[in-house]
Amino acid sequence: MTAFAPQRLSRRIAELVFLAFCWAAAAIALMALAAIMWSLVTKGIGGFFRPDGGGLDLRIFTMSTPAPGSEGGLLNAIMGSLMMCALAMVGAVFVGILAGTWLSEFARESQYGKVVRFLNDVLLSAPSILVGLFVYGILVAPLGGFSGLAGAVALGMIAAPVITRTTEDVLRLQPTALREASVALGAPVWRTILAVIWKSAQGGMLTGALLAFARISGETAPLLFTALNNQFLSLDMTKPTANLPVVIFNFALSAYDDWRRLAWAGALLIAATVLTVTIIARLLARETRRS
Amino acid sequence: MIAVVPGELVASTPRAARGTGLDRAFEILCFSAATFLLAALGGLIVSLAIGGWPAFANFGVGFFFSAEWDPVREIYGAAGAVTGTLVTATVALLISLPLALGVAIFLVELCPTPLRRPIGTAVELLAGIPSIVYGMWGLFVFAPWFSKHVQMPIMMSAKPGTLWETLTTGVPNGSGILSASIILAIMILPFMAATLRELFLTIPPQVRESAYGLGSTTFEVIRNVSLPYIRTGAIGAVMLGLGRALGETMAVTFIIGNSHGFPTSMFASGSTIASTIANEFAEATGVLHTSSLIALGLVLFVITFIVLALARVFIGRQANL
Repeated sequence: MTAFAPQRLSRRIAELVFLAFCWAAAAIALMALAAIMWSLVTKGIGGFFRPDGGGLDLRIFTMSTPAPGSEGGLLNAIMGSLMMCALAMVGAVFVGILAGTWLSEFARESQYGKVVRFLNDVLLSAPSILVGLFVYGILVAPLGGFSGLAGAVALGMIAAPVITRTTEDVLRLQPTALREASVALGAPVWRTILAVIWKSAQGGMLTGALLAFARISGETAPLLFTALNNQFLSLDMTKPTANLPVVIFNFALSAYDDWRRLAWAGALLIAATVLTVTIIARLLARETRRS
Repeated sequence: MIAVVPGELVASTPRAARGTGLDRAFEILCFSAATFLLAALGGLIVSLAIGGWPAFANFGVGFFFSAEWDPVREIYGAAGAVTGTLVTATVALLISLPLALGVAIFLVELCPTPLRRPIGTAVELLAGIPSIVYGMWGLFVFAPWFSKHVQMPIMMSAKPGTLWETLTTGVPNGSGILSASIILAIMILPFMAATLRELFLTIPPQVRESAYGLGSTTFEVIRNVSLPYIRTGAIGAVMLGLGRALGETMAVTFIIGNSHGFPTSMFASGSTIASTIANEFAEATGVLHTSSLIALGLVLFVITFIVLALARVFIGRQANL
């Protein structure tokens, strides 16, 4: 791009300054992000190996969160997070796919459709801590206690708009001819959507669900006063439930070195999960686009 | 030739004819799901308004203008946290925007071709890293470095009695308003860079190439052709970034220092709306305390709603966000 050398000196200087700025900006930004990843890996990896330097240490997956000074892992937090995310995804996929289908197949450019679409986009980027406050107001306070169920509802409320949006986008990409062909064969609209449109868009819809899962698996703010925390492994979701983000938050701010070590290990675990799920979703999206 | 009687045709597709009865039911089901989402947002607003009502009723308009936050005497005002939120988000945006533009331009115009895809993908992936990771990095890695290499030298060299000295007073422990802004800036950077890059890529190659063909430098192409082309989308992307910075909880809570009242200097500790709620809500016992925190939440909702609504107006739906 720089093979061409402009005649006027001022243009040459402006170009030089601009290019230098862009290179510098990219260097600073990429270095900062690389520094974060580097700290995350170097500080987090310690939790997966024995402190004395010998071999893999899987206590992180087999023991629950310890009292300060004793040995332990993150089992209860991992289980709690998995349960809440799974429950949240079930609800969010159900609501999100149906709502996305309505926006794409039934509402199109109607006024009400536009309102729903706009407010869904707002909900998509609304501060997640407010969702926590809302769920506290409707579930925790009236029912008299923090619970994993409330945490799952909060996470579901964050995931649903993501799925709605991606579902609508993918369904809109399906060719009209596909719908017409199905209807012309005598299929009613609902069968056309279920058996033809959803079938043809399933790759994209799965991508949306995976991205929503990646989004909620690291969410901390909405869980602070819905699921709260639990020191012990518990499968009862009507009680406060341990979860990775809140454990990381509490342990990171504690004064104990072994708690902080677990916090870094947990942060690495979450980041690795999010990155893996995102990469799978992207590969899937590329695959779908190709076929 | 076989004559087809109309009645015979209908009779030959009985399954389909029977199925259409469910069309209406399916449409209603989908409609209910969409309405459910709308109701969730409506419920959120109503619940915040009801929960915050005791605070509004007790402190009146003064709630928005007082920066006093005293759980012991049960006096609460939103001004400190609101100022902290607006200041950190704005400073974060000012730091992040030039860097994000630089990264996006680098990726579209300058980066060696084999590196374009990997770096572009890496930036997009980083946009998904949970904010708690940024918060931890800020507290454990950035704060000590910032304290030693930035805060201490600046505070030592600041001339007593100058405005600069006032701006740089505080405890040099690495946390505070400026640190929180920097962490926020790093957090929204990948998101904004990825969005801006996507917008740059929507420019038809012919448009850019004709500008180059006329003898423009890279700078002139970006300034006179590319940026005007993506202007509305870019404003929307910036608004979305601002919306994220305003509502961000974890990245800020770790490092802002969490003290109430107006922020007094760049290095002083402060609080944002989200960090105040995150820190105090689970432990709040008094009705007025809880209600004041919910009222703060409503203020945050109104601010972000305005920003996000503007973002959507600008961005339209062309960029896939």
